[in-house]
Amino acid sequence: MRFLMYEVDNRASANTPPSPALMAEMGKLIEETTKAGILLATGGLGPNPTRVRSSGGKVAITDGPFTEAKELTGGFALVEVKTKEEAIEWAKRFRKIVGDGESVIQEVFGG
Amino acid sequence: MLQSVAVTAADAHRAIDAVWRIESPRLIAGLTRIVRDVGLAEELAQDALVAAVEQWPESGVPDNPGAWLMATAKHRAIDRLRRDARLERKREEIGRELEAAQKMATAVPERGGDFGDDLLRLVFIACHPVLSTEARVALTLRLLGGLSTEEIARAFLVPESTVAQRIVRAKRTLTAANVPFEVPAASDLEARLASVLEVIYLVFNEGYSATAGDDWMRPALCLDALRLGRLVAELLPREPEAHGLVALMEIQASRTKARVGPAGEPILLLDQNRGQWDQLLIRRGLAALERVEALGGALGPYALQAAIAACHARARQIAALYDALAQLAHSPVVELNRAVAYGMAFGPAAGLELADALVSEPALKSYHLLPSVRGDLLAKLGRPDEARSEFERAAALTRNARERDLLLERAAACSRS
Repeated sequence: MRFLMYEVDNRASANTPPSPALMAEMGKLIEETTKAGILLATGGLGPNPTRVRSSGGKVAITDGPFTEAKELTGGFALVEVKTKEEAIEWAKRFRKIVGDGESVIQEVFGG
Repeated sequence: MLQSVAVTAADAHRAIDAVWRIESPRLIAGLTRIVRDVGLAEELAQDALVAAVEQWPESGVPDNPGAWLMATAKHRAIDRLRRDARLERKREEIGRELEAAQKMATAVPERGGDFGDDLLRLVFIACHPVLSTEARVALTLRLLGGLSTEEIARAFLVPESTVAQRIVRAKRTLTAANVPFEVPAASDLEARLASVLEVIYLVFNEGYSATAGDDWMRPALCLDALRLGRLVAELLPREPEAHGLVALMEIQASRTKARVGPAGEPILLLDQNRGQWDQLLIRRGLAALERVEALGGALGPYALQAAIAACHARARQIAALYDALAQLAHSPVVELNRAVAYGMAFGPAAGLELADALVSEPALKSYHLLPSVRGDLLAKLGRPDEARSEFERAAALTRNARERDLLLERAAACSRS
């Protein structure tokens, strides 16, 4: 089973670049998940997203940053595990490192 | 109310399963380093699991479940040593184990610490040549894959008691042979690693050969093997064959969806819909192959098989690129190149079909490469007479003497076959 994990609200680091200590902890977690053979892809997301919205056949482009809460920020990880609980367990470990905020886990089909 | 309690307990058990899958290999590896007996280490780890199953549904999963399991296993170890001491076992043995217990008080592996060496030692113990292949497979899945005896039995379609017995015997054999907990010396590494990779690929193939309707534990073996392979490759980053096996498995696994039809019937490589190939796994496989090549030296058997599989993947990519080119800039010559690409990607019949459509094309009337390509495809299809006349026609059309010789040689070869 594949799951995409991403942050929807990372209050702790939304306005400040990650500290070297946090980066080191993240590096360890990435190494650990790579060694465990479950991390298929991961990356950080840039700060200025662009929205592409379609309505009534028209497509509208809006450049960020967006001020609403729950904006997708931070990073993502695509993992391959046997159960959803396993993905949750890794997400817990991620959250312990990054501090306050919220991550979302969704199963990826067709991957 | 009762029902919601039941659901919560089930949730807790699934959470424990997940933690176990993640933590058990390092837990057993860490314990083996301390007690120097993989069988005892595994029993202690199981004791810790039982404690977790008893306590976590009430208390919740602890903040650092790996450390909790390790601490609990160590308490059990000390309990056991005390109990065993009362049984008046041989003094020498007790002394050794007490020494181990003392070590335990100081050697507390921290989370995120370097557990890699212990894991690697455990890999080499589980795949030790004193064990039969079947025993190696069962022990590896049990100790490093975090699979239960029941799961292994379901995956390999054998009774649970058979697997349990294999594991018990394997552990006994290791103890009797006094197999040390160590990474083999450089002179031994190649042969010992081959034994490890063999076990992993065997697990992969068992999963890959699963058919529709099989227990889901069977296809899941592919994932277990991929995880183990990636682990070993990360622990031995300078071993080309470890990366070669990972490359081979990633590329083969990329075809999982395309290799079975809607009714569960197998679809041969050449007939598969390449759009269903998992591009992410192909890229991962190619990246692993690049690591092999970067390490230099002659390719080993896994790397070679991976390289062949990669060529198939690339042949499809080339065919797809010609499809795109033919749409943008259609020409008889592009079409002929597309026929060659199709011949490689989908087999000579697919290539010939495209090439045949060009026979009446006026622009290619005196173009020697058209009969040359058709000759090659016909020869591959086992139609030597037609192939020979095509090669002869091509030879008559070319103005390059060397090319003519080559074409006549191929025509002659057709007569001989």
